[in-house]
Amino acid sequence: MADKKFRYNLRDHAADYWERSPKWRRVSLSISFIAFFYALPFLNNPLINTPGSDFQSVLFYPVGMYVLMAIGLNIVVGKSGLLDLGYVAFFAIGAYTMAILGTHTSLNFWEILPIGIALAMVSGVLLGTPTLRLRGDYLAIVTLGFGEIVRIVAVNIEAIGGPRGIAGIPTPPDLFKAKFTILDPKPYYWVLLTFTLLIIWMVRRMAARRPGRAWDAIRQDDDVAQLMGVNTLKYKVWAFVLGAAVAGAGGVLYASQILSIVPDQFNLNVSILILACVVFGGIGNLWGVILGAALLAFTPERIRFLSQPRILVFGIALVVMMNLRPDGILPKKKREHFDPNWKTVEESGEGEIK
Amino acid sequence: MDFALLRDAFWGLTFDGLALGAIYALISLGYTLVYGVLRLINFAHSEVFMIGTFSALVASGIMGVKIEDDPRTGWGMVFTLLICLIAAMLASGITAVLVEIIAYRRLRQRGATKLATLISAIGVSISLVELFRIITDSLPREFPRIMDKTFLFSYAGADIRNDKVIVIIAAGLMMFALERFITKSRYGKGIRAVSMDESTSTLMGVNINKVITVTFLAGGMMAGAAAFFYILVYENTSFKVGFFLGISAFTAAVLGGIGNLKGALFGGFVLGILETYTSAVFGTAWKAVISFLILVLVLLIKPTGLFGESIQQARV
Repeated sequence: MADKKFRYNLRDHAADYWERSPKWRRVSLSISFIAFFYALPFLNNPLINTPGSDFQSVLFYPVGMYVLMAIGLNIVVGKSGLLDLGYVAFFAIGAYTMAILGTHTSLNFWEILPIGIALAMVSGVLLGTPTLRLRGDYLAIVTLGFGEIVRIVAVNIEAIGGPRGIAGIPTPPDLFKAKFTILDPKPYYWVLLTFTLLIIWMVRRMAARRPGRAWDAIRQDDDVAQLMGVNTLKYKVWAFVLGAAVAGAGGVLYASQILSIVPDQFNLNVSILILACVVFGGIGNLWGVILGAALLAFTPERIRFLSQPRILVFGIALVVMMNLRPDGILPKKKREHFDPNWKTVEESGEGEIK
Repeated sequence: MDFALLRDAFWGLTFDGLALGAIYALISLGYTLVYGVLRLINFAHSEVFMIGTFSALVASGIMGVKIEDDPRTGWGMVFTLLICLIAAMLASGITAVLVEIIAYRRLRQRGATKLATLISAIGVSISLVELFRIITDSLPREFPRIMDKTFLFSYAGADIRNDKVIVIIAAGLMMFALERFITKSRYGKGIRAVSMDESTSTLMGVNINKVITVTFLAGGMMAGAAAFFYILVYENTSFKVGFFLGISAFTAAVLGGIGNLKGALFGGFVLGILETYTSAVFGTAWKAVISFLILVLVLLIKPTGLFGESIQQARV
């Protein structure tokens, strides 16, 4: 056990470096990172270019969109430990709000955005309040059902296009000098990146405060958390609703870029893939989740030259990776192992209840 | 909304629902067995079913049955059907065991989280679906008609078709065999012991790896039998077949109380009948919505399913 604790760990090293850095270094590092990501569409490197599809488009969807949704789902699955298999439903609600209001009213993207987020949140409350009382695996099946219901309802209601979906969704109006057109995915990517940064900021603030501590407690032991006075249902619903809001915002933006949506884009596979991003990257750790989502969204595009078996390769890679690193690529809180006196409950043998 | 159809064809629909429910019940037994032992949703179980349907197809091809042939008769027919059934059960059983070894074993022994195991199983599921998509070129396959489908008799306006009668009876026999296996056999005892308390049963000398392998084998064979019955009645399959039936069967398992064998049976039949009724009344497109709404309602009133989880009692 002892040698394991002191094994060099890049993530912990980086985190220590960050924490020991003075403020000016942190600020300048953050700014250069952010600037790098804003400049990413201009990067032209044969290593990361995606054959068969435009790198700038890939950067918006799937990569950026998956990163955004994985951050949102991480609030639900990673922080509060609720297994949600129907996350795509909120994405669909956002996208359909944009599609319906954009084609039937004169509202523009920036006016529809808060409506889409609000509707996703309301559906999160409606779904969450009754079902979040259920235990893990039952919650999984109920959310899975909800995801499918939203899709089936969209397929079967002719008023919103039925299986053909909605076409002719307006693009957002020009913002500063950026023009939103179908040909140029860069402005969409920048908007998406701004959303993502805002959400990262929000999630990090929350995680350090009362909601974050409540989520931690709920994840570790629901009953104990309740016993200690945490209003578990309230914080569970909050986690659910915040996750829904993120997906709703993503959906609105996605619909305005893709211009036409069909219900089958919002199938169970998307929910599962986003969940895979969260677990693959390192559940509960924000940076791990972002890395995982970027990798999982980017790899199938990068290996598009394999055309037929690329999803097969993806599936096999998922199994192999999970077997090699069951905690994900960048697992969280390995750093505590650096303290030579620190022991987990299992190691010390104390507090063993079984 | 077509309540007249439901009223006029009530017994016919009930009978069709029973046949569909028997298939659901057989698949959901696999979910419930694995959940009972490992406390995990076996996400690759729907693909175990899918492989069963294709194995039955291949077996019928090896037996020389062709789509354009007339249905067989007499003992030749029985023999062909049995070969297809055994092929499906063997293939599904072996696949389920392989899934356990590839996706679960290593993670389980390292004490990985539930979610990591879930993703690993999802990876296996994606790989198998994609493998069969590539093999079959994304096209559905038709199953040749081995058995002549005739109406045996009529009851209250409902024509009872022979293949569905066979499915219901055979599924009942399968479930009876499984129940005997779980209650009477040595491994069945092991399965029950592990599902009650894993660490204590290990201390009592239960070989946990063997027990888990047997659990997956039994669940897989039930799914294989379900696959054969499915292909016998509906006469087609595709790489997507596992997805739809898997979700329904899993819903059935939860409806009855997951981890509970009787619950899985009951949930399967209830869901099969309900789906048949609701597709008659609201159209097939809405049946999944209605079954999920029913599931949510049941869970809200009784959060552990209709029969409860029965963790402490013998899971039979």
